[in-house]
Amino acid sequence: MIYLDNAATTKVSEEVFEAMKPYFCEIYANPSAIYGFAGKSMKGVDEARGQVASLIGAKANEIYFTAGGSEADNWAIKAVAEANKDKGRHIITSTIEHHAVLHTCQYLEKQGFEVTYVGVDENGTIKLDELKAAIRPDTILISVMAANNEIGTIEPLKEIGAIAREHKILFHTDAVQAYGHIPLNVDELSIDLLSASGHKLHAPKGIGFLYIRNGVKIGSFMQGGAQERSRRAGTLNTAGIVGMGVAAKRAEEHLQANMDKQIILRDYLIERVLSEIPYSRLNGERTNRLPGNVNFCFRFIEGESLLILLDQKGICASSGSACTSGSLDPSHVLLAIGLPHEIAHGSLRLTLSEETTKEELDYTVDELKKIVERLRSMSPLYEDFVKSEKQ
Amino acid sequence: MYSEKVMDHFNNPRNVGELENPSGVGTVGNAKCGDIMRMYLDIDDTGVIQDVKFKTFGCGAAVATSSMATELVKGKTIQEALEVTNKTVMEALDGLPPVKVHCSLLAEEAIHAALWDYAERNQITIEGLKKPVEDIEELEHSET
Repeated sequence: MIYLDNAATTKVSEEVFEAMKPYFCEIYANPSAIYGFAGKSMKGVDEARGQVASLIGAKANEIYFTAGGSEADNWAIKAVAEANKDKGRHIITSTIEHHAVLHTCQYLEKQGFEVTYVGVDENGTIKLDELKAAIRPDTILISVMAANNEIGTIEPLKEIGAIAREHKILFHTDAVQAYGHIPLNVDELSIDLLSASGHKLHAPKGIGFLYIRNGVKIGSFMQGGAQERSRRAGTLNTAGIVGMGVAAKRAEEHLQANMDKQIILRDYLIERVLSEIPYSRLNGERTNRLPGNVNFCFRFIEGESLLILLDQKGICASSGSACTSGSLDPSHVLLAIGLPHEIAHGSLRLTLSEETTKEELDYTVDELKKIVERLRSMSPLYEDFVKSEKQ
Repeated sequence: MYSEKVMDHFNNPRNVGELENPSGVGTVGNAKCGDIMRMYLDIDDTGVIQDVKFKTFGCGAAVATSSMATELVKGKTIQEALEVTNKTVMEALDGLPPVKVHCSLLAEEAIHAALWDYAERNQITIEGLKKPVEDIEELEHSET
């Protein structure tokens, strides 16, 4: 099997798994308890908090563990809205956010908030002039993702952070795809809130965090016990937190090396596909993209058929976001970068990991060529295209 | 997600291709919803469908329903072909996931569109055949 869907989730690394193991049957105490045994659990949590914070240049006490990225996004946006509603009821975001952000914003619109969805250019980079123009006296939050989950484009966080700071507006970024994959520093980028998820960087599913800059006014998300400085109730997921810490530590240690390795493979894959498969296009920014992300459109064919046939060759891929595969609509991201519907239906996302090899990519491209050719041979759109070319 | 029969027809689609001099051709669906089906019919003087071919742009279910539809009408009379409904196609495939039911409607509509084209070319009226809708979304909305 060749796994090229690392943007959907990653394999838990051996190192992470080993570090987590003692926290199930040995160090099982509730870290919030008084007795000394609980201290071992809390020690693991504290250490992880430091590791997780270090990767983004944050302080340990600015990290609030959650059950994942979607929870962190929901919390950041809803709680900022709630805490600042007397100051203003306007939020700015982009058209290509993950649904965890988009649907949260739509929910707030029903609660009387106003949201401006700033557009992106043909590569998926947010239009900064539109963003600036959208700012109003009652704007309380700007939420723009660090890197897009479908097309991999890295957003200009530094510029957005500076704009937010200048206007004294809080800046949240959904860094679920970027955290641990590209350098991120909350001070350099003027980030006030940042969402991240463990399972995108070889930690288990069900753990993530929200970074909240000290001093930012925001309410608690979950009511209950006093965990996470009374901001996020619920018994700490000790094993998950420890796993997330080790994953963050590994990511920090190998960040540059992993990036360098994946960029070479990514560019090799892009080069081969674009030169060997006719009528294919790369979606997203050519170089300023996540090191492990490629996203193609193949004209005249449809994405699901492509995925089923790749699966039969042992290749796990996706046509966009795994979160939307139950939907028949083409990707909102591909429509936002200006692709027509019939082309947006034929997209393929391949996402690499530190374990991906050149041999795996070669096999994938070889099979992909045959599959695209086969699907085109039975496509009425291709038939029409060939006939129109002959005329 | 899909039944074995759907996967079989997706992997080994029957009657894929074009006919050089078809008696009727019908194309239905739209790229916006992600499915386009084209059906070619070769109908002899006695009104029997001697040959049928299809081409489809769409998901696994779209390919499988087109393939099954061609099997169900091949060798049949026009009247028999008209009795092939989306339900017939679905049942023959051992069912479809709920979000893919529209593909079977598209298959039924593709047969009707090809028959309509045949009737127009020959200036005849086929009893029970209505002018096919071009946009499958209209069809779905009219049924719900």
